[in-house]
Amino acid sequence: MKSLIAIIIMAFIVCISAKTYAAPVIKIDGSSTVYPITEAVAEEFQKIEKGKTKVTVGISGTGGGFKKFCNGETDISDASRPIKPSEVDLCKKNNIEYIELPVAYDGLAVMVNPKNNWVDYLTVKELKKMWEPAAQGKTTKWNQIRPNWPDKELHLFGAGVDSGTFDYFTEAINGKGGASRGDFTASEDDNVLVQGIATDTLALGFFGVAYYDHNKDRLKLVPIDDENDANGKGPILPEYEHVVKGTYQPLARPIFIYVSKKSADRPEVKRFIEFYMKEGGKLSKEVGYIALPDKAYGLALKRMEKRVIGSVFGGHGAQVGVKIEDLLQKE
Amino acid sequence: MNRKLYNKFLDKSFTILGLVATLIGLVVLSALLIDVFTDGMGRLSWQFLMSYPSRRPEEAGILSAWVGTVWVMILTGLIAFPIGVMAGIYLEEYEKKTWFSNIIEINIANLAGVPSIIYGLLGLGLFVRVLALERSVLSGAATLAILVLPIIILSTREALRAVPFSIREASYALGATRWQTIRSQVLPAAMPGVLTGAILAMSRAIGETAPLITIGALTYVAFLPTSPISSEFPYISFQGIFDAFTVLPIQIFNWVSRPQKGFFTDAAAGIIVLLMITFIMNGIAVWLRYRYQKKIRW
Repeated sequence: MKSLIAIIIMAFIVCISAKTYAAPVIKIDGSSTVYPITEAVAEEFQKIEKGKTKVTVGISGTGGGFKKFCNGETDISDASRPIKPSEVDLCKKNNIEYIELPVAYDGLAVMVNPKNNWVDYLTVKELKKMWEPAAQGKTTKWNQIRPNWPDKELHLFGAGVDSGTFDYFTEAINGKGGASRGDFTASEDDNVLVQGIATDTLALGFFGVAYYDHNKDRLKLVPIDDENDANGKGPILPEYEHVVKGTYQPLARPIFIYVSKKSADRPEVKRFIEFYMKEGGKLSKEVGYIALPDKAYGLALKRMEKRVIGSVFGGHGAQVGVKIEDLLQKE
Repeated sequence: MNRKLYNKFLDKSFTILGLVATLIGLVVLSALLIDVFTDGMGRLSWQFLMSYPSRRPEEAGILSAWVGTVWVMILTGLIAFPIGVMAGIYLEEYEKKTWFSNIIEINIANLAGVPSIIYGLLGLGLFVRVLALERSVLSGAATLAILVLPIIILSTREALRAVPFSIREASYALGATRWQTIRSQVLPAAMPGVLTGAILAMSRAIGETAPLITIGALTYVAFLPTSPISSEFPYISFQGIFDAFTVLPIQIFNWVSRPQKGFFTDAAAGIIVLLMITFIMNGIAVWLRYRYQKKIRW
């Protein structure tokens, strides 16, 4: 009897299983920030390949992705920050060479509750006062940041400590990747942060600008002033032109994919990367990111064709205030 | 007289208390169901069931996720059920009480309470890396099978214990060996209870996300595992169990964390699909249990 049921269920699966070929699989894993872009590219790529190639995308976070990538378990790694020294060493140990390709910009937006009527802008120094490790347990009131702000508690929300977003924000604000106070609400799920800030009038938090775009009515965006007139005077919002021109500093960052050199020689991976560099700009805009200038995609593609190994950041991890086309051109 | 009234009052109040306790569970469940159904029912369609994930919420579908879930569940059952039942039979019918057997028993009971992510780490180390099964359907199913083994073992033992000892003695008296007794008398009588345990175990496995994410089950998969029956020789293929996969809880988890509102609706619809599969699975098991119960005649 049981076998009969098993046969029925199996038969059912067979009916709905698409006819399969022994198609090659491109394995991608890594950052949840880069995921929507890679997913969009993979979706369109598989449409034009018509079953010739399969693409899988996982979300292990930038760090988790590199661990698998440097073990030779994946072909491409999504990364929301450049590769770190420890990961460079791991890759070297396992003989994995990689090509670094920028795919888009992501602006980190600083957000408060819409009922917050005192914050008009923030300087990087003020952000540091809130987030630096020494602030833990000490900086707990809004009026400690600026004296004319209310004598009320300050509630902080931020990205989870395993994410590239957290690494970048702490590097940009506190000057050292990963250095931050620990007493804030951390979540890997940005919707949890949106929910937290939208329901707490005393909240302040940061996350990718894409999440602000879809929750404009529930959040208030804070302009940031880095007090460096060379890249834009006064407080600046993370809008398209400011991010691309490099004036929304220091909270705009390029995001990447890393391609294993061994995999790059496979024809389907090559086709995928070419497609990524051609359509990536348009698709990243569609899913809420800021496209690189066309020139940058061209330069990145050349990098791929010439098989330029290594990171333009020299393997030091997150770096603040870079325009990606300048770095690519230097090569 | 007063005492009698007091006892009557106690009796009544316990009935009411019990009813309230039952209703709390039901009210919470129906509130959840109503919430999910109002959010997701409109999104549920043939297109949703038969499409692959997409960056556009209105085009996204759940095909690879639910087929992956069905694959993993069948394989988990095929691995966990025989091993669990055999272990349960051994521990209950054959094992002699020694200090060693006590340690085994305590450990199995403890295993049932280990957080599921620990099983994921075990699966990553053992199946994905050491046995080099990669992030395949088989790795996922084997991990979940280990996760539910303690539940199956414990419930098998409970069910065997519930079979009256006189049945065994009668069987031995007629000259049956131990194995014949177990096979033809004890196990069939215990089967309804064993199946109830299996239902509970599978219902736990179907909703697990953490261990599968840990072993590296993927989020975006736009193809299905290779079909087990093919039109070409040798007609049966086991390739599917080595293919990459995703499952419903992972897809739902991913949709809930996306910024676009449309994905929330997709997630709600995905939850309905997950509930339906759980329901169908439990339905099959309840029906099997009913058949076994009818067969028992002493």
